[in-house]
Formats: sequence, C-alpha cells, structure tokens
Amino acid sequence: MTLPDSARVEPEQAVPTTVDELAPLYRQMLAIRRMEEAAAKAYSQGKIGGFLHLIIGQEAVCVGSIAALKPDDYVVATYREHGHAYAKGIAARPIMAELYGKKTGLVKGLGGSMHLFDKPTNFLGGHGIVGGHVPLAAGAAFASKYRNDGRVTVCYFGDGAATIGGFAEGLSLSALWKLPIVLICENNQYSMGTPLYRSLAVEDVSLRALAHGMARDRFDGDDVIRVKRRIAEAVDRARVTGEPTLVEIVTYRFRGHSMSDPGLYRTKEEVEEWRRRDPLNRARLRLLEVGMAEAAIEALEADVKAEIEDSVKFAEDSAPADAYAPYVMKGAH
Amino acid sequence: MAVISYREALNQAMREEMERDASVFVMGEEVGHYNGAYKVTQGLLQRFSERRVVDTPIAEMGFAGVGVGAAMVGLRPIIEFMTWNFSLVAIDQIVNSAAKMFQMSGGQFNIPIVFRGPSGPAVQVGSQHSQALESWYAHVPGLSVVLPSTAYDAKGLLKTAIRDDNPVVFMEGETLYGMTGEVPEAEYLIPFGVGDVKRPGKDVTLVAWSRMVHVCLDAAKELAKQGIDAEVVDPRTLRPLDTAIICDSVKKTGRCVIVEVGWPQAGFGAEIAYQVQRQCLDALDAPVERVCSDDVPMPYAKNLEDEVQPQVKDVIAAVRRAMYLD
Repeated sequence: MTLPDSARVEPEQAVPTTVDELAPLYRQMLAIRRMEEAAAKAYSQGKIGGFLHLIIGQEAVCVGSIAALKPDDYVVATYREHGHAYAKGIAARPIMAELYGKKTGLVKGLGGSMHLFDKPTNFLGGHGIVGGHVPLAAGAAFASKYRNDGRVTVCYFGDGAATIGGFAEGLSLSALWKLPIVLICENNQYSMGTPLYRSLAVEDVSLRALAHGMARDRFDGDDVIRVKRRIAEAVDRARVTGEPTLVEIVTYRFRGHSMSDPGLYRTKEEVEEWRRRDPLNRARLRLLEVGMAEAAIEALEADVKAEIEDSVKFAEDSAPADAYAPYVMKGAH
Repeated sequence: MAVISYREALNQAMREEMERDASVFVMGEEVGHYNGAYKVTQGLLQRFSERRVVDTPIAEMGFAGVGVGAAMVGLRPIIEFMTWNFSLVAIDQIVNSAAKMFQMSGGQFNIPIVFRGPSGPAVQVGSQHSQALESWYAHVPGLSVVLPSTAYDAKGLLKTAIRDDNPVVFMEGETLYGMTGEVPEAEYLIPFGVGDVKRPGKDVTLVAWSRMVHVCLDAAKELAKQGIDAEVVDPRTLRPLDTAIICDSVKKTGRCVIVEVGWPQAGFGAEIAYQVQRQCLDALDAPVERVCSDDVPMPYAKNLEDEVQPQVKDVIAAVRRAMYLD
C-alpha cells in the first residue's frame, strides 16, 4: 500500500494565498467535481454513452495550472479533459450537452466526452490517442514561435503517455527547437490499471527532461495554489526565454480509469488515504484559514450546485444532434 | 512553354506559394541544408531561411504532429516525408489527427496541411522502401489524395494542395522526378476531383495514375499496332475521385482495365471497378479487368522486381482479355 505522506514529493507546506486568489479556484474545482459527478450519474442512467473518463481527485492540477495562463495561451489535453475545458473558460452547459450528444453540445455532438474543442478560449482538444497530442501541442507552440506572438502552449498527458513515442518525439522536438511550451504529466500513478513500477524503469517522469537539456519540475498536485505558483514559473520561462519545461505533478484519481473500471487494482485503504488529501477539502480548509467566512463558502457552494444542475437540465432539454450534418472537410459541406 | 522536370515543377509550386503566403512553410528530414533527399526542395532554404524551411530530426510522427498542431492555429505546413514508406510511423497523425480534426471539433479546427513526398515502388530498394500506399490513405474521409503523373499536373495540383483548407496526401512518383514536360510560365491551378484523358481512344478505357499512366501510354502505343485504340484516363486525385470522367469513357468504349502498382486485395482499383459496374453496367461489353502488382512484398533482384509489377505486356494481356481476343 502506498502511504501518501511518505509518497509526498515534497514536505507539506502551506503556500501563502488570499481569499481573492483561492476562492475562484476552489469554485472551479468544485464545479468540475460536481460536473463529473453529474456526468457519472447520467452515464449510469444511460443518458451518456461510450467512454467517460472522470478527473475526480485530480482537479487541482488543471485548475491551478490554467490559472497561471493568459486567455490567449493554448491548452492541449487528453480524453480526460472536461475539467481542463471548464478551467479554460468553457461553460458547463455546452460541456454537459456534448456529453449527452446534443445539438447544443460544444462540438455539436460530433466529438463527445473525449473530444472537446473550443476556438474562442484556445482550447485545442480533447485527444484520444495516448501521447499522439504531444507533437500537436509542440506544433501550436511552433506556430507561436514562428509568429512571435508571445503565446504559451500547455500540454497535459498522463503517466501512461510517458512510455509511448508521441511523448518522446514531442518532448525531443520541443527541446530541440526551444518551443514555448509547458508539458505537464498528470501522474495519477496507474496509467489505466498498471502501477508505475510495472510500466516505468525509472518512476520519475520528469527526469526525461535531463536527456534533452530541458528544465523540469516535479511536485504534489493536491494544493491548487502550489500548482499555480510552480506552473507560473514554467509559463514565465516559456514566455520570456521561449524555453520548454517538463513538469510532473503527482496526483490520484479517486475513481476508475473510466466508468467501466471498478479500480480493483488498488486497495480500498490506498484510495482512502488519498481521499484524505482531497484537493477540494484542502482548499476549503485553507479558505477558512485565510479568512473566508463559512457562510460565504456555503453561498459559493450553493451557486456551484445551481450552475451544474442548470447544465444538466440544459443538456436534457436540448434537441438531439442534428440529422447527420457532416463537417468532414472545410468548404465541402 | 518551358520544358521542365517533374521535380522542378514541384519546386516551383512550393516556391511560388511560399512567396504568395507567409504562413506556408516546409518541414521534413533534409529539406533545408541538404536541399532535399530527392532535391525537390532545392534552393528553398537560401530563399526563405531556416524559419520557413525547417530541417527535422528523424521523427516522422513528431514532425507530422507538429505540422497538424501548427495548422490548427492557422499556419499552412508542407510536411515532407523523405518517402511515403516512412509515413507509416506517422499514420496516427495523418488519420487520427489531421483527417478527423475538422469534424471532431464540430467544424472549428480545419487543418490546412500538405503531406508530400515520393511514393510508389522505386528501383531495387527492397520491400520496406518500395510500395504503393495510396489505397490506405484513399480509404480515409477528411483527406484528399493526389498522385500527379506529369510535370504539368504536379505543379498545378501541388499549388491547389497548398491552398486547400484541408489535409492533402500528395504522393509524388519516386521514379517520375526526372521526367520532363511542358509547364506554362503563367500561373495555373488544377482542381481536385477533375481527371484528365491522357490519350483519347475508342476501343477500351485504361484507368491509371502516377507512373502507371506512362505504362498505359506505352501499352496503348503497342495496342495501336494491333489495331486497338485505347483511351488512357488519369483521375489525378483518388479522393475526391472523378468517377464521371471514367464512366464517360467506359460508356464510349464499353471496356475497362484498371492498372495500379499497388497490391490487388482492397486496392483502389477495386473501388473504381465497383463505381464502373454500378454506374455503367449497361455499357460494359466485358467484365472490368484489373492489373496490379503481385500479392507479395517487393523483392530486391531486378528480374523479380520487374516480374511482380505491372508491365506493358500485362496491360496488353488484360486489354486483350477484355476484348475477348485471347
């Protein structure tokens, strides 16, 4: 059994923050948690189909890191990306409607859970082939360098991607061409159902940066403010010097890989230990510490509940996806 | 009209489009300082600098993906594969990323990218460097698949490909680079989905693309001596496919022989055969014939290499079968 306290990358230490900084991040994390829970419920009712990969337990990673970005910056994510999409500024309504496969969905019911895309917020997907999107993200960063537009690209991938060629080549080209990119390994420790020690000879993914002369960082993903601070350093490096960083954030998903996975490869005790480090509880306690009133927190929570309930109602009430309207090629439909 | 090589025609197309649009860039192995493994990018680095003519390490899946990502945010990459054989390690980026992105994103992110390079069997380079992969890519919705057979077509089609807002698989004939042909000085573009009759005739329709067009033209000369007037139709793009030009020809001749250098099973010729029987069954006086390479990996020895690929004699034999002469 992994003991979380001994498994910490760094000793526990509260990062200075304020209510003004933390409250909106707590709100985002909570909205993502509630959105994922609502999606799980709808899935069990047969209203959402296919694959559904929930990010419950890992919310501080996407919320904290995207908080370090500007709106113009690009985000490229995996198929476990509802939270990243929400944190980048996409409303719960079109995300939920997409999961339901409705006409009002973010991508009109053509993409589904794994393929959220949004041009206005510079959210570049939603990709389903493990590691294949890492070169894509390097391409967005290449374009920023080509145009000298000052944008930074952040690319997320799991520990499972650390073993595939797309990651290796994306990493190598980012370093070689000094692309303004931050590569974030969301290490939830189990790929799908295989623990790190059975898939990686060296369990520290961030060490791969050394072979490329690339900056690296590695830390725990349970404190949203720590995530924001540390990613901000990497984002600054990318924006100011144009250099990439490989960051590994150690985190944990409380649920299975997807809805069909009961997670039998982990002990109940281990999951409970990690739940004790729930980034949402941590943020809530911290909010009280830095001076937010309990009543104000409860008001925020009620607001989130209403927002997500509204998104579910919106999705349920929306019309089905349009009778097949292909968007196969631009100008061809 | 100037007479230039197929290689030079491609070079002119890229040069002109890069002059015209600053968002166009070339990326691939040895495209810059080495001037291209097949010298198709000759001189582009000197003209456009390292910013727009980007040498890559050997990482097809990586730089193909970089191209798709750059295209997502509005650049217009030309990704050179040193040969299409190496595209197989990048096929995930072509199929899963480039071809699907526009639909998968609900029509938000089109991918204006050209993947180009030499394709088709070469000469004595063995099975891994000598094969025709157009049938693989022609299977995929979201791609255009282009195979020019002449210098004129190469230039006009590549310029269209670079201006296209969607991904294009542009397969050059590895053995056609040195072939010369007339190319106008004035700018021209050739639209996709418009085939070309390379030789008019009235007795039998030969359908072929890329190098097989020239095998068919040679066969047609021989057939003429036997009193058979063959029409050679080059669809030029397999996707979109100009079925009209093929079917119009078959309705005239009543006989159809499809010649491709790829393998027979699930080869693109099978799709053309389906379209022909579906659209002009009444006009057919004989079953549609196909001439393909043998169903084997390419051997090295010259005599074996020639034996497994369609030759003029194989085309003539198929035509004679279609005409019930043998």
